[in-house]
Formats: sequence, C-alpha cells, structure tokens
Amino acid sequence: MLDFSILTENWDAYLTGFKQTLLVSLLALVGSFALGTFLAILQIAPIKVCNWIGTAYVEFFRNIPLLIIAFFLYTALPTLKIQLDGFQAGTLALIIYTAAFIADAIRAGILAVHKGQSEAARSSGLTYIQTMWYVVLPQAIKIVIPPLGNQFINLVKNSSILTILAAGELMYQADLISSRTFVTFEVYIFVALFYLVITIPLSSAVRYLEQRLARTS
Amino acid sequence: MDIAGALTADHIKFLFKGFLVTLEVAAIAIVLSFIIAVVIGTIRYMKIPVLSQILGAIVEIIRNLPLLLIIFFTFFALPEVGIQMTIMGAAITALTVFEAAMISEIVRSGLNSVEKGQIEAGRSSGLNYIQTLWHIVLPQGLRRMVPPMVSQFISLLKDTSLAVVIALPELMHNAQVINAQNVNYIIPVFVFVALMYWIVNFTLSKVAKRLELKVT
Repeated sequence: MLDFSILTENWDAYLTGFKQTLLVSLLALVGSFALGTFLAILQIAPIKVCNWIGTAYVEFFRNIPLLIIAFFLYTALPTLKIQLDGFQAGTLALIIYTAAFIADAIRAGILAVHKGQSEAARSSGLTYIQTMWYVVLPQAIKIVIPPLGNQFINLVKNSSILTILAAGELMYQADLISSRTFVTFEVYIFVALFYLVITIPLSSAVRYLEQRLARTS
Repeated sequence: MDIAGALTADHIKFLFKGFLVTLEVAAIAIVLSFIIAVVIGTIRYMKIPVLSQILGAIVEIIRNLPLLLIIFFTFFALPEVGIQMTIMGAAITALTVFEAAMISEIVRSGLNSVEKGQIEAGRSSGLNYIQTLWHIVLPQGLRRMVPPMVSQFISLLKDTSLAVVIALPELMHNAQVINAQNVNYIIPVFVFVALMYWIVNFTLSKVAKRLELKVT
C-alpha cells in the first residue's frame, strides 16, 4: 500500500515544484508562441530570404533533442561569458525548441485561411502586415488552438528536464525528496499525480476543441 | 573554444559508439512499442468491453506523464518493488511503455479514419468481423498512420537522449563525458552531436513527407 505520509510531509516541496512547473510552462508558452508566430510569418512572407531563415530554424530545432539545447545554454554559453542559471537556461531552451513546433502549427493555420480573404484585404488597401494582423491571424488562431494546446501539454511534460539543470520544478523536488527520504516509489507516484492534475484536464480540453472544430468545418 | 582538441579521431569514434547505442535502443523501442501499440489500438478500436476501458485509462495516464518521470520510475522506483533492470533494460522499457501509449492513439485514430462503408462492404461480402479488420481496415488504416508514426519515431530517437539521467552510454552521455575533460570542448562537441541527431531525424522526416504525398 502507498505510504501517504510522503505526500503529507513533503506537501510544501511538492507545491513549490508544482508552481515552478506551471510558471516555467506558462513563460515558455508565451515565449514560444511569440517566437513561433514570428517564424511562421517569416516562412510564408513573400520574401525568399525570410522563407529560408524561417524554414532553416524550424527544420533544425525540430530535429534535435531538447536536452541538447538545454545543455548547450547551460554549459556552453558560460564559456562565452554568458551565464544563465538553470531556470533561465531551461525556460529559454523550452522556448527555442517549442517555437519550431508552434511555427509549424501556425503556418498550417494561416495556410488554411482561404486565399480570397487576404486578396480581399489587400485590394481594400491594407498592407501585407495589416492583412496578416487584422484578417488572417484572427481566423488562423481558431484552427491553431488545439495544436497549441498539445504543445502546452508537451511543455508541461518537457519542463521536467529542467531537473537536470536544478531549476526547482516538480521533478527536481521529487528527486530532492527521494534523496532525503530514501523512498522512490511513492515519491514518483505522487509527483506523477501532480503532473496529471495539469495535463489530463488540458488534453480533455484539446480533444473537446478538436471535435468541435471538426464539426464546424 | 578548442575545435581541434574537441573533435579528435578518438573523440569522434567515441561519439559514434554512443550514437550506435542511441540507434540500437531507439530501434528496439520502436519495434516493441509498435507491436504493443497495434494490439492496444486495435482492442480500443474494437471497443472490447472492460479491457478497452482499462487500456484507455492506462494510455491516457502514460501519455500525460513526462517521459523523464517514467525513466526515473523504471530505474529507481521499480527495484523497490522487486523489479530490477539493467540500465539498458530500463531505458528500453521506459521508452517502449511511453511510446506504445503515444503510438496506440495514432493506431486507433488511423483505424477510425477508415470509412464505415468499408466495414459494411466487407461484412456483406461474407467476411467475419476479424477478417474484415485484418484484410480491409488494418491495411488501409496502417497506410494513413505512416506519417504521424514516423514523426513519433523521430521524437523517440530524440527522447533516447533523456536516458542520460540513468547514465546509459548513448550519444548524449558520451558527449558529456568528453565535455567533462575541458570546458573548451563543449561548444564544438555539442554542435557536432546536434548535427548527428539532425542528419538522421531530418532524413526520416523527409522520408515521411514523401510517404505522406504517396498516401494522399
């Protein structure tokens, strides 16, 4: 039977980790959404160099492990006299990595908006930027929300690698608790529950939105 | 930065040795998780009562946990209840469990995407349910699953790097070993290692694209 005293006695540590995981995931979501949107626009802008840069970024970072980005920021940058702590390096790594996936989702969303929409906007005198901002992006967002939700779930799960950089999130707290109590089984079971509290409702929400979108389109 | 010192023939050989372990673990996990996923996905598609719900719950839980947690759990927590594994065994087990859950969802939605008319046609031409599933639904569904499945395999290959936490001697681990010798090695080694992962994954993703075009 599970020993619940592990949970009650270390409640504060779990809670600290839980908040840190949420904070990292939210910061990384905002950051990677901004960077991802920018990259998506680069990829479809009518300028060849921009397309090339956007595509190169996405193709590069999608195909290497997140861990290598995190280690690079954490251990390689200091040799160039740029010092990041575990929290900063980890969050930045999550942003750099996830932005590549979000860029893809947003690009697909933008391309799904009917071409007549942007032609109409351009011929009524809006500039390319204005067309994007006022006409295309608002419509694309609706299509993009479910894949964005999936990326947020991935962020919450991926934030666990910050434990390797000692950034104080859930997984790190679990490691601390288990090294203090010499208990691993319960410690990991309980930390799993904390993750599930975030990810299960999120994935149900994503599934609901996907089904609604499938019905309306 | 010391590129010449970082990428000596010995170091490169050591990195390739790690990469072989990465590929080996990934390949075994891909095969195992694919088999398990097809079984789970089919059971859930057939909606076999009770079994289907239980598997559904397990898949939902595993899919929503960090792989790192599953690796830690397999290697550090399972011995507490008497299940002891080697590092390699634990890495393969954790990856297989996690990826099987992910891929089973791909299998299920692939099967669901086969039109109901196909099943009705199969049944009315005298095939039984299992025959219809095997000869009609699975071949069509599997073809549609190929692109998302290849993406999942790419993730799996990247995810093997997480086994560095249990000191599996794969690419990431060997890179860290070299980096520990001299801080000036870190940047060239990481760039080199990133390129190794990238070449394999990029090739896989291009193959997936081509298959996708063929399927649709």
